[in-house]
Amino acid sequence: MSAELDQLYQTIILEHSHKRSGETEQDVSSAGERSGVSHQYNPTCGDEITVRVAVTAGENPTVEAVEWNGEGCSISMAAASVLSEMAPGMTLPELEAMIEHFREMLRSRGQVAPDEEILGDAAAFAGVSKFVARVKCAMLSWVAVEDAVNQAASKARTT
Amino acid sequence: MTTTPLDNEQVLQLKQDFPLLTETQVAGHPLVYLDTGATSQVPLAVADAERDFTLRHRAAVHRGAHTLAVEATDFFEDARATVSRFVGADPYSLVWTSNATEGLNLLSYAMSNATAGSNGSEHAERFRLGPGDEIVTTQAEHHANLIPWQELAARTGATLRVVPVDERGLITPQAVAATLSERTKLVAFTHVSNVTGAITDVPGVVAEAQKVGALTVLDACQSVPHMPIDFPALGVDFAVFSAHKMLGPTGIGALYGRRELLNALPTFLTGGSMITKVTTEHAQYLDSPVRFEAGTQRISQAVAWAEAVRYLEKIGMDRIEAWEAELGGRLARGITEIDGVRLLGPAPGVERVGLASIDVAGVHAHDVGQLLDVAGIAVRVGHHCAQPLHRELGLTASTRASTYLYNTTDDVDRFLDELSRVRGYFRAEGA
Repeated sequence: MSAELDQLYQTIILEHSHKRSGETEQDVSSAGERSGVSHQYNPTCGDEITVRVAVTAGENPTVEAVEWNGEGCSISMAAASVLSEMAPGMTLPELEAMIEHFREMLRSRGQVAPDEEILGDAAAFAGVSKFVARVKCAMLSWVAVEDAVNQAASKARTT
Repeated sequence: MTTTPLDNEQVLQLKQDFPLLTETQVAGHPLVYLDTGATSQVPLAVADAERDFTLRHRAAVHRGAHTLAVEATDFFEDARATVSRFVGADPYSLVWTSNATEGLNLLSYAMSNATAGSNGSEHAERFRLGPGDEIVTTQAEHHANLIPWQELAARTGATLRVVPVDERGLITPQAVAATLSERTKLVAFTHVSNVTGAITDVPGVVAEAQKVGALTVLDACQSVPHMPIDFPALGVDFAVFSAHKMLGPTGIGALYGRRELLNALPTFLTGGSMITKVTTEHAQYLDSPVRFEAGTQRISQAVAWAEAVRYLEKIGMDRIEAWEAELGGRLARGITEIDGVRLLGPAPGVERVGLASIDVAGVHAHDVGQLLDVAGIAVRVGHHCAQPLHRELGLTASTRASTYLYNTTDDVDRFLDELSRVRGYFRAEGA
């Protein structure tokens, strides 16, 4: 197989696509007091994910848990799994900064190198940015988490 | 015309007519194009015909009396005669549309206009729909032959009923018959499934529809490019197909309709070119086909499409059909020999066009397509605009390889060879 392909499908991505963190059999489509839910769908390939993110109470909440139900390609499933491992414990500005850098890297067509300090395991997705058609796959769950965490945070601040 | 069957040698020869197929490298490999089901490639002669018309003969058609306008009109109407003859029809039965989807929407909206009593609907009784009437389509349809009927049902209060496919994904006349009733006004179905490659028994379905007096609409997008077609002989009332899947340009398709039906059908798009007498209050409309061709038409595209038809006729649709049956059989057999790969639709040995879709256990279609792409093999991944059929097959997406007259058995073998590596690469269970 080609080196280019191996760059896209890094071992860490293939591992996460098989052994998925955050994925649950339970339905996550209803939100609780300090959680938000987001459903994202990619109409071109049919990939879809529903993510529920819970945050801690108070003025400066942190991410408590990420759970999801989804169906899709190895890139989209692995991206959801990696984020589910990394997000818990993060403050919302930290999470936002990480998502922003992830997005910037993916959209750069290989021009923006990953900052491993910020991205950790998610740096493995750097190879995706050269495969323009797959950027959406990697972003799907991250967009869902971004949306869900914002809903959760606004609830947490008002309760 | 030669009558010997096509073989690899002849196919390699005619491949030379397609610069994209001979010159393109993908990821360092010569391209293997197996996505004709989405759109075909174009031979030089077709591109040249469009260019020649544009540079040397271009003028507005059906208006103006200068020499160039008359000549351009001849080109345009000759093209119509060529394309209509290709499907066994007379030129009055063939309406240019921008694609097959527009042809189906034209029908759907014209029937709404019949229901509303507008747009020249005085002879349109049989196109009127209301609560209690039924529109029938099938589970195997491309979204283009489903959603316009959903919308027509919503606009008129009619009920949409859907024929289930059998376990092979096939539409059978029996299943159609079981869905029909005395209130069925229209049956819309596909000739060849764009997902499974299965071929519908069209006369069988038409016979059932006629028993209840329903109109028939055939989606012929995946059949006209690949086999000899005679719409009047098939007995359908309407049919749609498009140029870009049969060596022609994008932007043009056609609606076939029995002439008396087209002349009774209310208009859809209105404006210039399609009228006789116009006052500030009223307009009278021309007969088919120009009745449905408001505004400036796709002239150079029609000319190029006719050239594509001549190219296909020169090779012979019988020979193309036989060659693709061989490629389709090779695909189907090869796929079933690979562990963990499921062939959708008809089993090997059962009639299919040169197209096959698959599900690879433990590997998503997008990942399958990615691995094939870096090997230079272009296939389609996703739901192929047929979500209901995929749902019925228990899938959200599949991988489709579709062939044409320019594919060799070597193209099929390269696809099968790469496919056999997919599960191992992705470490799928049991691989």
